[in-house]
Amino acid sequence: MSILEFSRGPMLHFALIVFVFGVLWRLTATFLLGFRQRRSEPRVTKGQAMAGGATVLGMRSWPHKEFIGRTAFGEAVGYGYHIGLFTIVLLGAPHVLFWQNLFGFSAPWWPTLPGGLITFISILTVMLMLIATIRRVGHPVLRRISNFDDYFTLVILYALMLTGLMTVLGIGGRYEYILAAHIISFNALLIWFPFSKLMHAFYIFPSRFLNGYMHAKKGAAK
Amino acid sequence: MSNKNPRNQQPTIGEVMDQAGVGRRQFMKYCAGITAMMAMPPLSTAAFARDLRAARRPSVIYMPFQECTGCLESLTRSFAPALENLMFNTISLDYNHTLQAAAGEAAEAARHAAMEENFGEYVLICDGSLPTKINGAYGTSDGHTFLQQLEEAAEGAAAIVAVGSCAAFGGVAAAYPNPTGAVGVADLVKDRPIINVPGCPPMPEVMTGVLVSFLASGVPALDKHLRPKAFFGDTIHDRCYRRRFYDRGLFAKSFDDEGARNGWCLYELGCRGPTTYNACATIKWNGGASWPVEAGHGCIGCSEPNFWDQGGFYEPLTAKLFKERGQAAAAAAAGVAVGAAAAYGARRRQKKLAGDAE
Ligand code: HEM
Ligand code: SF4
Ligand code: SF4
Repeated sequence: MSILEFSRGPMLHFALIVFVFGVLWRLTATFLLGFRQRRSEPRVTKGQAMAGGATVLGMRSWPHKEFIGRTAFGEAVGYGYHIGLFTIVLLGAPHVLFWQNLFGFSAPWWPTLPGGLITFISILTVMLMLIATIRRVGHPVLRRISNFDDYFTLVILYALMLTGLMTVLGIGGRYEYILAAHIISFNALLIWFPFSKLMHAFYIFPSRFLNGYMHAKKGAAK
Repeated sequence: MSNKNPRNQQPTIGEVMDQAGVGRRQFMKYCAGITAMMAMPPLSTAAFARDLRAARRPSVIYMPFQECTGCLESLTRSFAPALENLMFNTISLDYNHTLQAAAGEAAEAARHAAMEENFGEYVLICDGSLPTKINGAYGTSDGHTFLQQLEEAAEGAAAIVAVGSCAAFGGVAAAYPNPTGAVGVADLVKDRPIINVPGCPPMPEVMTGVLVSFLASGVPALDKHLRPKAFFGDTIHDRCYRRRFYDRGLFAKSFDDEGARNGWCLYELGCRGPTTYNACATIKWNGGASWPVEAGHGCIGCSEPNFWDQGGFYEPLTAKLFKERGQAAAAAAAGVAVGAAAAYGARRRQKKLAGDAE
């Protein structure tokens, strides 16, 4: 079995199983934890509380007026990076094929972007990731609150994106090795995902919503 | 340089060419074609031609093992230019039991005589895989197993050219469950230079090109599968004229849809071009007439080890990945169970702490 066959065969298989297992473990454990009992009288109706949740969800996803000078740059980089990443993964032709093959459906309607454009976006996205890394290391507060999880996740993402670019540009060695390295990085991401900050993909919006919901219920939302 | 060596009594290739009335210009054109095909710098053509003219006509022993004769068909029925055929004729093919008139004992005697006379000098071409199970008894001729014949013939070979994916990697005969224990030449012979020219069949131009370049300048640069880099340096995908459709995400979804008619990329129909190293996309088949992808069929990866055990030829490369949904469902159920248990434990702790605090 060649390394490419291994990476997209048994290793991918294993990584997917760890991913499914780990993510459901984390999600179930969190959602079954339950909520602390609120002893205060609800100040608003359920509908209003939900609206409060939605408001906070939206608000937290945008820089606050008060701090915009300090946070806008970081947020812009973050947004740019995530948009780039999703564009590559959801609209890049090889990836679209991969998802279809993985889940076993054919979707001729699924749009893809030209390869050259995806490559361009990939280079931009890697540069944004680089800026985010420099900021993390350079910013006195960010540096102090960064831990192994933050850096290791970055390492995996760099490996994934750089090998992806190398695959397209045909640099760094034989195609099947670079592609195998790309898929192995993806497998590493899948395995690391449930046990790391990457879980924010699942938690971020529910937690923002809940936060707003609770506050609204207590009458603490403005 | 000793006169005892019979190869020194062989005419040089230049002499053979002169005798056949091949003009210098025609010969140079041929050499230019070969060097271009091998992506050698244009200025090297003169030196290549000089070395090739000076090379002595080699003795070639062609040993067929567990094979289908497709490789030999490819070679002999190529639409290659007359000169290329002539090139093939300049070698002294001392043994090939499919082509030669002599048969049986006489043929074997001729082979042994050629091997003895040219010991250490002859080029051994092999096609077909070597069955290894039950001591090689699945493949025998003239009372000897192929294993024994290869061992004997390899001993005096200056180099071995393993022609076709069977001789190179085991080939279709080695497909799961490989009943005969088929392997390639390089799996057995470790102490001779081996050049693999895989393909099912290999391209005739590549076979002759490899022979000629070996005569002119010895064993060429090889990749990790012992394939000459000059011919196997790029993937089909690197050189595919449908590549612009791949890059734009335009794929044929079936062999008779709009995309297929428009000549879009065949990746979704199983094309193995991205991981297949061969020269089809540049040299093309049948004298440059066309090649599989141009004819509308994806590359099946025939020059790669193990191409025969990679799932259906019409399944995209990654299609076979996640068939075992049961396992995913089990992983999901296990995740939910472990998560629920963790939550239950946490809540009990919470309650206990709350109780303690009150
Ligand atoms: C800079 C960003 C990226 C670029 C330029 C890129 C490019 C590529 C290319 C060219 C392939 C080749 C497909 C083939 O030949 O079969 C590929 C495959 C793949 N990529 Fe990416 N990629 C990038 C980021 C990512 C990310 C972030 C992920 C994970 C979410 C990912 C997951 C995959 C997977 C799973 C495959 C394997 C498909 C297969 O088995 O053939 N890639 N990528
Ligand atoms: S048809 Fe095959 S070799 Fe050609 S671009 Fe598509 S995937 Fe690559
Ligand atoms: S296109 Fe692919 S499968 Fe077809 S002959 Fe060439 S290498 Fe072999």
